[in-house]
Amino acid sequence: MSGFRELRSQSVVLRQTNIDTDQIIPARFLSTTERAGLGRNAFNDWRWQADGTPNPEFPFNQPENAGRAVLLAGRNFGCGSSREHAPWALTDLGLRAIVSSEIADIFRNNSLKNGLLPVVLAEDDVQALMERPDDELVIDVAARELRTPDGRVYPFPLDAFAQTCLLEGVDEMGYLLARQADIEHYEETRHAR
Amino acid sequence: MNSPDSPTMTTQPPRTLFDKLWDAHVVSPESDAAPAVLYIDLHLIHEVTSPQAFTELKSRGLKPRRPDRTKATMDHSTPTLPAGADGRLPYYTAAAESQVQTLARNCAEHGIELFDMGSDQRGIVHVIAPELGFTQPGMTIVCGDSHTSTHGAFGALAFGIGTSEVGHVLATQCLLQRKPKSMAITVEGELAPGVGAKDVILHIIGVIGVNGGTGHVIEYRGSTIRAMDMEQRMTLCNMSIEAGARAGMVAPDETTFAWLAQAPRAPKGADFEQARREWSALRSDEGARHDVEVRIDAADIRPTLTWGTHPGTAIGVDVPIPAANDAAARKALDYMALEAGHALAGTAVDVVFVGSCTNGRLSDMREVASVLRGRQIDARVRMLVVPGSEQVKRQAEAEGIDAIVRAAGAEWREPGCSMCIAMNGDLVAPGQLAVSTSNRNFEGRQGPGSRTLLASPLTAAWAAVNGRVSDPRELFGARKEVA
Repeated sequence: MSGFRELRSQSVVLRQTNIDTDQIIPARFLSTTERAGLGRNAFNDWRWQADGTPNPEFPFNQPENAGRAVLLAGRNFGCGSSREHAPWALTDLGLRAIVSSEIADIFRNNSLKNGLLPVVLAEDDVQALMERPDDELVIDVAARELRTPDGRVYPFPLDAFAQTCLLEGVDEMGYLLARQADIEHYEETRHAR
Repeated sequence: MNSPDSPTMTTQPPRTLFDKLWDAHVVSPESDAAPAVLYIDLHLIHEVTSPQAFTELKSRGLKPRRPDRTKATMDHSTPTLPAGADGRLPYYTAAAESQVQTLARNCAEHGIELFDMGSDQRGIVHVIAPELGFTQPGMTIVCGDSHTSTHGAFGALAFGIGTSEVGHVLATQCLLQRKPKSMAITVEGELAPGVGAKDVILHIIGVIGVNGGTGHVIEYRGSTIRAMDMEQRMTLCNMSIEAGARAGMVAPDETTFAWLAQAPRAPKGADFEQARREWSALRSDEGARHDVEVRIDAADIRPTLTWGTHPGTAIGVDVPIPAANDAAARKALDYMALEAGHALAGTAVDVVFVGSCTNGRLSDMREVASVLRGRQIDARVRMLVVPGSEQVKRQAEAEGIDAIVRAAGAEWREPGCSMCIAMNGDLVAPGQLAVSTSNRNFEGRQGPGSRTLLASPLTAAWAAVNGRVSDPRELFGARKEVA
């Protein structure tokens, strides 16, 4: 994973609260053994009509939203299943950050492992940003803040370890493999189970 | 768990059950700079969330560190109809069959024990691991599946992980974790006839909300929980994730030990006695503090269903659907084609699904049979009864439950996740309304355009008979209360 320092982008808005992983990527698209190519089915049942044509009402089908990498979403985004296919689908769709007032635990963990940044702000702040989706937002990972063109600054929480992983492109697997000696020690000394 | 130095000088502060489970598995503690490295005792894998993890290991030239601590089965993509005349299983898609074969290949290559198609111990991963006795008190248990919280019923710390983390556990037997907060949910009192564990957990999610448990591990306690059998406790813990919680757990007790005493892969003989002594210490200490405490009165719990498109929209069967006070509620009512101000009782039903890791166990099958015995389901209703495992199926059939189900006009299927996640071709058609004993009522969860009311097995079976959502307390001769 390459480093993730700063993101500059306009936003796509989905005001719906509790957007669950079955909306992000319906279960019938999980029969794959690959990670790639899930973007086509991201938000599938909202995005595509029964006849396979795009739903013109859905924000990701609107031409002005093409190429936008920030999603502003209603509260409790990503609730539901543990499927990592959800962040795989969203990054394949071109997203790099999700901004919401609450992001479900497993989805948040999965996102950080795929260079998709969860940004949790106060509900009022998310609502304010939703009013101006055409503003170019700056999401600064090193400073842990989101900035707007008119100079407002929104700090957001980001675990120090997750921040380092993002900035330096460190991967958790490598970090764990380097703890081999500790793991062996634990296995040898713990009470046999 | 024990302090290594001078026990006389150590006065350890009281700890919660969760603290004890966490502390016992810390390989290296967390700091500001890094999360804890947490050791995983039992890793369960299935066909949907594991293939990319094996690919990752291969690309890094790694092998599973402890294949003996990993158990595998296939459940999500598997057909619930038997093999055809040609002996081939009727997979829904070629991709589904390929996914199942990929798991079998990965397990064979790495020496991982697999409960394969054709095994008489195969089934839904969260049904078979407790059934076989792999799930034990005091363990850390993970699986690439959010309903791993089920195993917390045994006093284990059990939670769902993503596929990257499946790879981490395969390669290192560890995970990087920040310690979540703790929440105690105390339920006191006796449940009314017709009210069971499913109603309790739906009620709890209705009270704390679909995100009420986010960032927390829940410990369920109180006299109502103590009175529950293991299968009821599993139903309860199973849906912890539907309140956003990382995990749910119940301290082990004699009920737990009795289950484990007859589970084939649990410790035996002197090992069992030794384990039992250790398991008995797995409870929250007197005075241990939880970050959040919630109290529920069992007398307040009615037969409960959901009206909306997330599990937090739980209400009593005879309670009017609340007025929509925001856009999300209006959208949910519109999707569900339901009206605020009316109770769910009386709503016409197209499909009834009994099964899943929430309610696919023997006691659930028995409850359904108790309703269907000598009755017919409504002619307009399609009903699927799907046992959670081969073992559940075999035992149910030995008791004649399959015959009762078929005689009532319902379908008796092969074990699997089936219509809960609708990956295997068991679908609710667009616009149809299903009463389901599963765990999620999200838009399209049971098939594109499907509408789902979550309910207990008793409520589901009674709805099938009447063709409408009905109050299962009627089965017990209880008079209707005024909501």
